[in-house]
Amino acid sequence: MPDYALRAQNVTQKFGAFVALEDVSFDLKVGEVHCLAGENGSGKSTLIKVINGVNTPEPGAQISFYDSAPAARVSPTDAKRHGVHVIWQDLALFPDLTVAENITFDSFIAAPFAPRGTAAKTDRAAQIITRLGVKLDPHAKLGDLSIAKRQLVAICRVLDANARIIFMDEPTASLTRKETQTLLDIVRKLSGDGISIVFVSHRLAEVLDVCERVTVLRDGAFVGSYPTEGMTQKRLSTLMTGLDLDEHPRDIENFGETAIEVRGLSRDAEYDDISFSVRRGEILGLTGLMGSGRTEIALSLFGMTQADQGAILIDGKPVNFRNSRAAIAAGIAYVSEDRLNLGLVQSQSIIKNTASTVLDDLAKPSFYLSPKRLRALCIDWIARLKTKVSDPRLPVSSLSGGNQQRIVLAKWLATNPKVLILDAPTVGVDVGAKAGIFEIVRELAAKGMAIILISDEASEIHTHTDRVLILRGGKVHKDLKPATVNEEALEEMINA
Amino acid sequence: MRKVFASAEGILGFLIICLSVLLTLTTDSFASIQNIFDLLNNQSVNIIFAVGLVVVLVAGGIDISFSVAASVVQYVVVTLLISMGGGNWAIGLLLAAATGISLGLINALFIHRFRIVSIIVTIGTFNIFFGLLMYLSRGRSIYTIPDWLYARVSIFSVELERGAATLYLPVLVMFVMVVATWLILSRTGFGRQIYGFGSNPDAARRSGINVALIQGFAYGWLGLCAGIAGMMQAHIVREVVPNALYGRELDILAAVVLGGAVLGGGRGTVLGAVLGVMLLALIQNGLNLLGISPFAFKMIVGAIILCAITATNLDRILPQTRRSTKGGALDA
Repeated sequence: MPDYALRAQNVTQKFGAFVALEDVSFDLKVGEVHCLAGENGSGKSTLIKVINGVNTPEPGAQISFYDSAPAARVSPTDAKRHGVHVIWQDLALFPDLTVAENITFDSFIAAPFAPRGTAAKTDRAAQIITRLGVKLDPHAKLGDLSIAKRQLVAICRVLDANARIIFMDEPTASLTRKETQTLLDIVRKLSGDGISIVFVSHRLAEVLDVCERVTVLRDGAFVGSYPTEGMTQKRLSTLMTGLDLDEHPRDIENFGETAIEVRGLSRDAEYDDISFSVRRGEILGLTGLMGSGRTEIALSLFGMTQADQGAILIDGKPVNFRNSRAAIAAGIAYVSEDRLNLGLVQSQSIIKNTASTVLDDLAKPSFYLSPKRLRALCIDWIARLKTKVSDPRLPVSSLSGGNQQRIVLAKWLATNPKVLILDAPTVGVDVGAKAGIFEIVRELAAKGMAIILISDEASEIHTHTDRVLILRGGKVHKDLKPATVNEEALEEMINA
Repeated sequence: MRKVFASAEGILGFLIICLSVLLTLTTDSFASIQNIFDLLNNQSVNIIFAVGLVVVLVAGGIDISFSVAASVVQYVVVTLLISMGGGNWAIGLLLAAATGISLGLINALFIHRFRIVSIIVTIGTFNIFFGLLMYLSRGRSIYTIPDWLYARVSIFSVELERGAATLYLPVLVMFVMVVATWLILSRTGFGRQIYGFGSNPDAARRSGINVALIQGFAYGWLGLCAGIAGMMQAHIVREVVPNALYGRELDILAAVVLGGAVLGGGRGTVLGAVLGVMLLALIQNGLNLLGISPFAFKMIVGAIILCAITATNLDRILPQTRRSTKGGALDA
């Protein structure tokens, strides 16, 4: 048995003048869990596509699987023969088919005129589910399952196709803590069976937890491969971004007046007896496991839902928001969790997206929306948030994830809010962009904005908030100053 | 029992049974063999259309050109065979199938090759097919059709007191088309590919599905069904009227959607489509037997479609579902 499942050297890929990968090396041991790390646009996906045979690299590459002779490229047939499979972030499954049909879907393509063979396929799927040691009903419709379960179905599907090298693209991006642990256990189990796994993830903590080695790419260049033993999150961030991101916990004492206060707020089956206040310049963290009520509270503060009991006070005056328009008018801005889909109209221009919250104001005093004023507003915000935009008339979809994030922020900041609610602002954002976002958040606070930060990353809460409410089962479990405890203790409190 | 009501087919079956019981009790003639045979003879054309359309809907598309395509097929086949001296059933059906498939493939070509949304393509072909037919026929009907098409082909007959009740050829053809479509959609790997493609086209492409084949089959099969249904319709009414089927497409679409198919693709069954057509037919039949003005039919049918679709969506909208799911999340 050879030691290496895959060895790739001198891999270069150009698209026109753009160099996506330059002289990258990557090797993967049999049964290893290996992390491929890098910011968005660093070339991770391009490298995966070279290895699974979708892209043809520039001549000179040397790629070999197991004990095969090195070749200059991988054909899709080669990739299939060596059991190379990629589970992309969107999973590519079929919501209207059953679990068993999803797992064995490739057989329908291989033998279109064979009978559907439900019983046999259910057995086959059940065997793989048992082998993986998970709970899945082969007859369930995929569309009825949670994302975590669908993830397991995707893994079962590649196992059914005899995968020996599995690339997993951001597999934990939308999983809860507990689901992530289950997934990591499964990854360990597969590696014990001799399957090599390449993990692509932004969540550095879990990368260090599960992987044996990490290969870092930056702007298409190979930075290096390192054992994860002895590697810290901070060093890995530095390797990925090339920047020394040194973040100090906040230590501010004097805040302004109370901007928003919540007294005994309750909503049936969502949250119960929540009280807190946020002063101008203060950053309040709301954390807890998925379903603990953090997002539900934010939705009520933003008028999307109405509390059954309790009061919300803005600048000391009680308010009762019937809808989100009323909340916006009262100075509340809410940047939602799925902001790239819910917060932006991807096909519309950057200008129109930035201005979308303040169109009424921009049209005053007449009904005429001046393109000049729209443009001026947008350019102002682009500059203030240091967004990289070549032309604000281009659709938002032309921007990178981190820059799209800034446009969502700009859109809400344009309403000149008193209270800014950020719901999981860094999910799916890479390290460098994360730092940039928190830099902006801290500046906004310094200028007197009250900020509520919802996050389940203990490190973010610890570094960037002045006070944190840990929620559990819809109630306030702990209310503390993060600086009084260390990060590990905080993490323990959130997840215990 | 809960499982029965979890599917559109179960609900439709239940409604059909209720309605049948009701009509049996309130009218004299509903539960007669004559009435049931009439229903089957009359609905066979609609059901053939419906099973063709369900394939397109499952594949994530839509087609509104099929009923005028059926008129085109009638006209072309009958004109051609008259000029050739008559022909017979075999030649007639073969020609109808070929013409129907060709018209369906025109839709598939624009949808697949030129990436145009199916509703736009079929609005275009709907107008082209119908416009061309009216222009070339100058709106004139053909009353003298070949003898083989004119003569009723009986497949099953029962002697009754007031003469015989007979099932005619279209019922047999309908049966064949229903079974064939069901076999393909529900019992083959290719059928799963169609559901897969309708459910998640990107995933299907990435899995290596031959998308052109799926699209070609879906619209081609509907074209085939339309061609055959066109011949059956001409056989029943014994003439070819260019605008006889104009407007039928929306009735069929409503029936198929009632049967559980969705415009987003991935869902829908042959059984559901058949039951959807049957339910609408029963309602019309019932209204007829109850002596309600035919001018009220459309209105009542429209209201029933809206109520039925609303009912199937209610479980997602009602407030207690929020409570129950959120409660579950809190427990976890």
